[in-house]
Amino acid sequence: MLYREAGDFKTSYVADNQTFPLKLDRIGFWVTMAVAWLVIPFVINDYWASSLLVPFLIYAIAAIGLNILTGYCGQVSLGTGGFMAVGAYACYKLMTSFPDVNIMIHIVLAGGITAAVGAAFGLPSLRIKGFYLAVATLAAQFFLVWLFNKVSWFYNYSASGQISAPERLVAGVAVTGPSTPAWAQYLICLFFVTVCAVIARNLTRGTVGRSWMAIRDMDIAAEIIGVNPLKAKLTAFAVSSFFVGIAGALFFAVYLGAVEVGEAFGIQKSFLVLFMIIIGGLGSIFGSFAGAAFLVLLPVALKWLGVDVMGWPTDLVAHFQLVIVGALIMFFLIKEPHGLAQLWRLAKEKLRLWPFPY
Amino acid sequence: MKMKKLAAMALAGTLAAAPAMADLVIPDLSYRTGPYAAGGTPFSDGYQDYFNLLNARDGGIGGEMVRIVECETGYNTEKGVECYESTKGEGALIYQPLSTGITYQIIPKATVDEIPIHTMGYGRTSAANGEVFNWVFNYPANYWDAASVMVNYLLDENGGDISGKKIALVYHNSAYGKEPIRTLEELSSMHGFELTQLAVDHPGQEQKSQWLQIRRERPDYVLMWGWGVMNQVAVQEAANIGFPMENFIGNWWAGAEHDVTPAGAGADGYKSLNMNRIDADLPVFAEIRTLVHEAGNAAGDGSNMGSVLYTRGMYAAMLAAEAIAKAQEIHGVSDVTPAMVRDGMANLDITEARMAELGMSQIGPEFSVTCENHGGSGLGIVQQWNASAGQWVALTDYIAPDDSVIDPLIAEDSAAFAAENGIEAGCL
Repeated sequence: MLYREAGDFKTSYVADNQTFPLKLDRIGFWVTMAVAWLVIPFVINDYWASSLLVPFLIYAIAAIGLNILTGYCGQVSLGTGGFMAVGAYACYKLMTSFPDVNIMIHIVLAGGITAAVGAAFGLPSLRIKGFYLAVATLAAQFFLVWLFNKVSWFYNYSASGQISAPERLVAGVAVTGPSTPAWAQYLICLFFVTVCAVIARNLTRGTVGRSWMAIRDMDIAAEIIGVNPLKAKLTAFAVSSFFVGIAGALFFAVYLGAVEVGEAFGIQKSFLVLFMIIIGGLGSIFGSFAGAAFLVLLPVALKWLGVDVMGWPTDLVAHFQLVIVGALIMFFLIKEPHGLAQLWRLAKEKLRLWPFPY
Repeated sequence: MKMKKLAAMALAGTLAAAPAMADLVIPDLSYRTGPYAAGGTPFSDGYQDYFNLLNARDGGIGGEMVRIVECETGYNTEKGVECYESTKGEGALIYQPLSTGITYQIIPKATVDEIPIHTMGYGRTSAANGEVFNWVFNYPANYWDAASVMVNYLLDENGGDISGKKIALVYHNSAYGKEPIRTLEELSSMHGFELTQLAVDHPGQEQKSQWLQIRRERPDYVLMWGWGVMNQVAVQEAANIGFPMENFIGNWWAGAEHDVTPAGAGADGYKSLNMNRIDADLPVFAEIRTLVHEAGNAAGDGSNMGSVLYTRGMYAAMLAAEAIAKAQEIHGVSDVTPAMVRDGMANLDITEARMAELGMSQIGPEFSVTCENHGGSGLGIVQQWNASAGQWVALTDYIAPDDSVIDPLIAEDSAAFAAENGIEAGCL
């Protein structure tokens, strides 16, 4: 009744090929964009920015990146934390070496450097698959963290081994450093999320994305029909790492402001992003957002419910959080192995037929 | 109907959670979960119990009740930031995150928000320079003091000469563990000892290779900057390789009961620093027992009373309460703001007479804070574990650090921070 394609006629190929073929989806998309760009910046405060929205947006970029590699190209990676660290340290070195260059350029360059590193670590994927590749990327994770801890050039020889982001301005407004207003912090992340999501969405709809999916579905068959596995796998690693690198740079410079590599970019970060795409849905841009939202917002919501509303002891709530999040992950995997994106798809199917299902 | 009920419940919940205004709000960024909970729990218990004692006994501080807002960080910086952001809106007067990582994270934020931070014996050492770090205090002592106190103790043990000795530093591979390295390197070139650095990665359960290296190289002394589960593992590993325990010295975060008890008799003789004395018979503990624990207001299960870290948490709370009282005295109002508390901290004067009056005689050294010096006296004692008696025994009186080494380092590091962040040094 409400959500249907009947009457939504396409008269050109362009119209038929657009990202959201249904009018209602388009409206939904533009409303979301309008709220995100025009409403939230005016109502946001420090708490909402630092606790919820900024981490959500940054993790969404990382999840999109990993989803390209794992969800679209089928290459399992446990190196996300390490690649985020590359982005963060690249951004830090660029920020401190070239203080006059705009931070936006540094963030993109940090993504580029991460892409190069990611492609290098992607080389083994040409020979090994599945669990073995996962272990190879795990090695990347540990190697990169060790490297940034060991070589003091990366942290400019600071005594504590921490890197901290100096203040940088975009159009006269601080976007890194402590005096950043909440809305600026939010907007810069939103900008990168929007651009990354649009790029990712279009890449996955085009030739490159189709060659990734061909490799994912059956690499031998893909090779026979003319997909170059070297090119497909390495581009997947490079593009994926590019996004993850941007996420790492934002995570360090905009969100935390100071990081310690072992803690901020350890193995648990790799798992967290992997859980996001598994829960959100492999091979889906929407799923990346849904998964990031689920794993960022749920702990905060549970904490709010337990501590602020119910008044339980904080340690009890922290333990409950682990139990509940873990149980929910299992529940979702059993009930819907294709993640939240699939739930969304099913909901849309049902809505098309509502109120007269057959 | 159901929705209505839910909505009503949610509304009731929000109303119940709405903060009562005009209290002195003290956030407690604690960690009672995760690999560092063994240290975080007793500290937080002591911290909260002391404020509860003030509420029960004196009706708060200067007539204002204290309200503690606890937030679980799990020693994780991301959660620490979330806790900071969620508690600062309630009117937080002073932050004590008990984590060097979180401290680094919130120093710039709190400076902009103008809320004082007290990092007692942890955090950023160069915050001792109050002209650069106007809002950060690390009295009564800091890591570089600890490193220097350790070396001074070793000098004392060896008749003033430790040249040619091999000293290994086992440290937590994080900002916390890396803090003393600069000072120890300086001291090693000054006193001619050979320094080996052995990093242990978070959380510190895996130390076989480090202790294998110690077994091979046989250093004369092992110093440790450890925290959480790392301490227990290190003490156990040292016992396993038969390292002489009396030559193994931890810093003041590696010297609590729970660090040594798992190794049993093997831990006997292990030494550590302490910045506060431990004495389970202090009158203040009796008061906490009757007025807080027996009234059912204990922060934890009450079992940690009198332990090393419980005492230190209580000591931290006492210093915060004294600073608030000082602020009330300076400004003549009882409902103080964070900026006033900062003034109270910058003019804090802790005397033995006052400590005795509070029922905690000799718990810490006497010291006074000035606007320029936020670091306190830097004194530390060396204590030794007696496994059969199951208690820490103080071996020395307060040992002074070598300020001639530390002061230039503090000046250098804080100047670098000031330059990096465009801060003009000066008193507020």
